[in-house]
This record gives sequence, structure tokens and C-alpha cells, in this order.
Amino acid sequence: MTDPSPQPTAQFSFAVRSARRPTLYVLAERSLTALIYACGISAIFFVVGIFLFVFKEAAPVLFSDRFSLSQFLFSEQWYPTSELNKRYGVLAMTAGTFSVTALAMMIAVPFGLGAAIFISEFCGPRLRETLKITIELLAAIPSVVWGFIGLTVMSKLIVQLTGAPVGVNILNGGIILALMSVPIIVSIGEDALKAVPDSFREAGLALGATRWQLVWRVLLPAAKNGLLAAVLLGVGRAVGETMAVLMATGHAVQIPHGILDSVRTLTANIAAELGEAPAGSDHYRVLFLIGILLFTITFVVNLAADMAVRGIRKK
Amino acid sequence: MFAETPFVRSKRRSEAFAKWLFFAMSAAMVLPLLLIVGYLFVKAAPSLNINFLLDVPRRGMTQGGIWPAFVGTVYLVFISLAISAPVGILAAVYLNEYARDNWLNRMINLAVINLAGVPSIVHALFGLGAFVYAARLGYSILSASLTLAIMTLPVIIASTREALASVPMSFREACWNVGATRWQTIRAVVLPNSISGILTGVILQVSRAAGETAPIMFTGAVFFKAVQKGEVFAYHLNEQCMALSMHLYTISTQVPGVKESIPFATAVVLLASVLLVNAAAITLRALMRSRKKW
Repeated sequence: MTDPSPQPTAQFSFAVRSARRPTLYVLAERSLTALIYACGISAIFFVVGIFLFVFKEAAPVLFSDRFSLSQFLFSEQWYPTSELNKRYGVLAMTAGTFSVTALAMMIAVPFGLGAAIFISEFCGPRLRETLKITIELLAAIPSVVWGFIGLTVMSKLIVQLTGAPVGVNILNGGIILALMSVPIIVSIGEDALKAVPDSFREAGLALGATRWQLVWRVLLPAAKNGLLAAVLLGVGRAVGETMAVLMATGHAVQIPHGILDSVRTLTANIAAELGEAPAGSDHYRVLFLIGILLFTITFVVNLAADMAVRGIRKK
Repeated sequence: MFAETPFVRSKRRSEAFAKWLFFAMSAAMVLPLLLIVGYLFVKAAPSLNINFLLDVPRRGMTQGGIWPAFVGTVYLVFISLAISAPVGILAAVYLNEYARDNWLNRMINLAVINLAGVPSIVHALFGLGAFVYAARLGYSILSASLTLAIMTLPVIIASTREALASVPMSFREACWNVGATRWQTIRAVVLPNSISGILTGVILQVSRAAGETAPIMFTGAVFFKAVQKGEVFAYHLNEQCMALSMHLYTISTQVPGVKESIPFATAVVLLASVLLVNAAAITLRALMRSRKKW
């Protein structure tokens, strides 16, 4: 009888050879990985690209002697098409943006946080699902439809109820923006409340606190960073909103004195005038400069929101 | 023995009060949605029929239908989707499967957050500067779609990431332990187990892109374009097109003498398409969630 034992070396080398993957396959995987890395980094390129391209269009006027930055920021005179006395001051539009955003937040923050508290603390699972889906749908309504609602439904209501001469004004835009930014406040606020550990709630209830006290004394302080982030993201959305305010706030370039005054916001100004400004003209470049201003405002707001969220994660 | 003491009663009352207060606040947001949608439908009713959808605008857009705008929106949405979905999904794969917790990853996260926060009109300025002029694509469907794609990218990245993160780590570890590479694991384990979540995100992107107006207004959408009634292949990539959202803006602010129900009907068509697409995404998500085994 010959030796029955197998030849270990031969088998081993066979196993190694089959485990080696074809070169082509390895190359394909490498290039795919490179593609994934490239896509991952693309977000940075896009943000930087947005800034650079908008800045590139704005730069010639920013550095020319026909233009002064302090006049741009602090003058309320906006006469871009005047023959003799051109003025590019955006203070009135900045005031417009801030007044509409402030009103929107005065409405949206209490209601949004209240709804977030209700969804996360008070309601049963079925109602919670229903409310969350409704809020998701609310968030999906296109801004031009909101603007249309402001222009047709809300403006009539405002004229009837307040006797204002025009229905497209700060009040109209503020209510529309509040409805638009509430969904983001609710969803981020609910996440923040959900992140508070249950042991906090149990400890509060064990001490005999009512749920009202629990909300005020325990949950709101514990979740304050996340709630702040929710509010800031709502502000960011309201500042950047274009079509709705373009249609709902009227078109008067003026510093508002009351809630029933018409205003024009920074975003609406770009949308309204970009089509008429000849490409390459000073007027056109100043509109891009307003874009840079808006980009800067929302960048700072979003950065602050991100830092607030990071604050809770560290704890 | 169990009679309420005044203290207990006041406690119960404050509890009930809190509950009703917060309920009222939630209801105050849900009710407007129902009222507004109902009101729009009532006002739109005289014009709402299949012919309104299939007909072209007539008599200087004061009469007729919305077909060219509807087709234009479909074009814009699907071309932007074809660009943003692959990039967004791969970016999310990178962030969730490859990236380590270092400064680069933090920079990317910050960029995604900020990309989501850039105002839509600034996206429009970017599209105008980068695609229309610098890349010499002109005012075209392609420029508008690229602008929309970049705008909706963060939505896709965020939702895909969430879907990928919901696949348990042990699935990946099991796959690595039988000798699979990182990409093999992603293809064989991670993507099949998260595909429903990814699809949901992509569908939600469709609804967001369909409603946007500002980014396409200055890059490729146009007030009016002559198109045959019911024609599907109405536009070329290098042409301008009409879009539903832009059309609604135009006929409700710029064109005098439009029949009253037409802007309402346009708003209803836009709103209904967006909400239907959203409802589809939500249903899909609910369906997949109930099938999940872990």
C-alpha cells in the first residue's frame, strides 16, 4: 500500500492561488474606492465653489472706487437704475429680512417647541406617527405655493381683519415663514428631547413632579442646546427663504415702522432684480454681493447651530 | 380613603392643562395645512380636469392648461436626480463606511450642513455664475438641473447616511470575518439592507426638486415655450424649458387677466404631485420598517 497521506504543500499552494483575486478586479475596486472618496469630499468643493463663483461675480464692483462697502451695508438708499444718482444701500432690505424673520420666529418658536414637547412627551404612539407625517408633509409644500397662499388667501384675510391698505406685508410674510420653518423646529426639537435620558424623567416623576414641572424644570434645561439648534436652523431657513417672501411681503424698499408695512427682503431683492440687471453691470454685481452677504449670514447661523448640537453630544 | 386632596387635584389639573396646551399648539400647525389644501381645491375646482393637465397655455397664458410646465418639471427633476443621486449616495457611503473621526470628516460634515443651509437664491447665483457663464452651458435645462442637483445633494446625503447607519455593525463584522473587503461588504451586506431607506431619501429629493423655483428661475426656466399638446419629448437638454413652480409664480404675479381658477389649479397640481410623491416615500418607509427583522 502506498502512502495515503495527501501532499500538503500542493494543496496549500492551490488554496493560495484561488484566494488571490484577479488584478482587474482589484483595480476596479481601487478606482471605485477612489470615486467614493472623491464624492465624499465633493461637499466641501461645492460649498467653497458656491462662495468662490458668487464672489468672483461680485468682486469687480467690491474693489472698484465707484462703490463703498459702508454705503452698501449702512445706507437705506437703493437706486440701482437711477441715471444720475446710483445708490446701492441694502440697509432697508436687511431690516426687511430681520423684521420678517423675527416675526416668524416669534410665532414659530413657541408653537414649534410646544408641538415638539407634545409629540415627544405627551402623546401616544399612533397620534405621534400621524403628527410626524403631517409635519413632514407641511415641510414638503413648495415655497412658491406658500407664496401663492400668502398672495391670495392671507392677503385678503389681513385686509379684512386689520383694515390695512395692502395685504402683502410683514405680518403676511411672517405668518407664512412661521408655517414654513415650524417643521424643522419640531423635528430637530423632538430629536433633542428624545436625546434626554429616560432616567431624568423617572427621577423627576419619582419626586412627585407633574409633567408640567417635568417639562419646565427638567427637560427644557437638559435639552436646551438641541432646542437652540432647532431654533437656529429655523432662523436659517427663514432668512434664506426666497419665493414665499417675494410674493407675500410686498415690494417696498423701506425701513418698516409697523407690522403692516410692506418690506423687501435681501433674498426677494435678488430674485426680483436679477432678471433685469444686465450681466456684468454694477447692478448685477451688487446683487451677487448681496448673495455673499446672505451666504455669510446663513453660514454663521448654521455654524452656531452645529456648535450647539456638538455641545449636547459632548455631554 | 382615595379621595383627592387639594394638592393632588391641582397636580392633576396642571397635568391636564399642560397636555391640552401642547396639543393645541400641535393642532395649530396641522389645521392650517388642512384648511389651506381644502381652500385651494375648492378655488381650483372649475379648472381641474385632465384636459387642464394635457393642454398648452393659450391666449398669453390667461387660458388653457399647463402641459409644457408639467413636462419641464419632470425633465428638471429626473435629470437633477440622475446627477445628485449617485454622488449623494457615494458621499454618504464614504461618510458612513470609510471616514474616520478626524478633521477631514468634520470639515465634510460641516460642509454638508452648510450646503443644506445655503439660501436657494444663492444657489441660483452660483448656477448662473458657474454653469450658465463659466461652464458655457447657457440658459438651459442642463444648467438648471445641475443647480438643482447641488441644492438637493445634502438631502440625499443625510437620508442615505441615516439608512446606512441603521444597518447593525455586527452585519459588517460578520462579513469582514469571512475575508470580504470593505467594498465587498458594502455591496453584499450594507447596501442591500439599507436600500429601502436610500430609496425613500431619493424620492423625497424628487419632491423637493419639483417645488423649487428660485434656483431654476435664472438658470434655465423660462416664462413661455411653445410645445405641442401632450408632447412628451418636448425639450432638448440645451434648451430652456417651462416649469410648474415658475409657471405658478408667473401667472399669479406677472400676467394680468388670468382666469381666476387657473393659478389655483396650477398650485393644486404642483402641491398634489409633491404631496403624492412624499406620501409614496412615507408608505415605502413604513412598509420596509414593518418588514425589518432586526
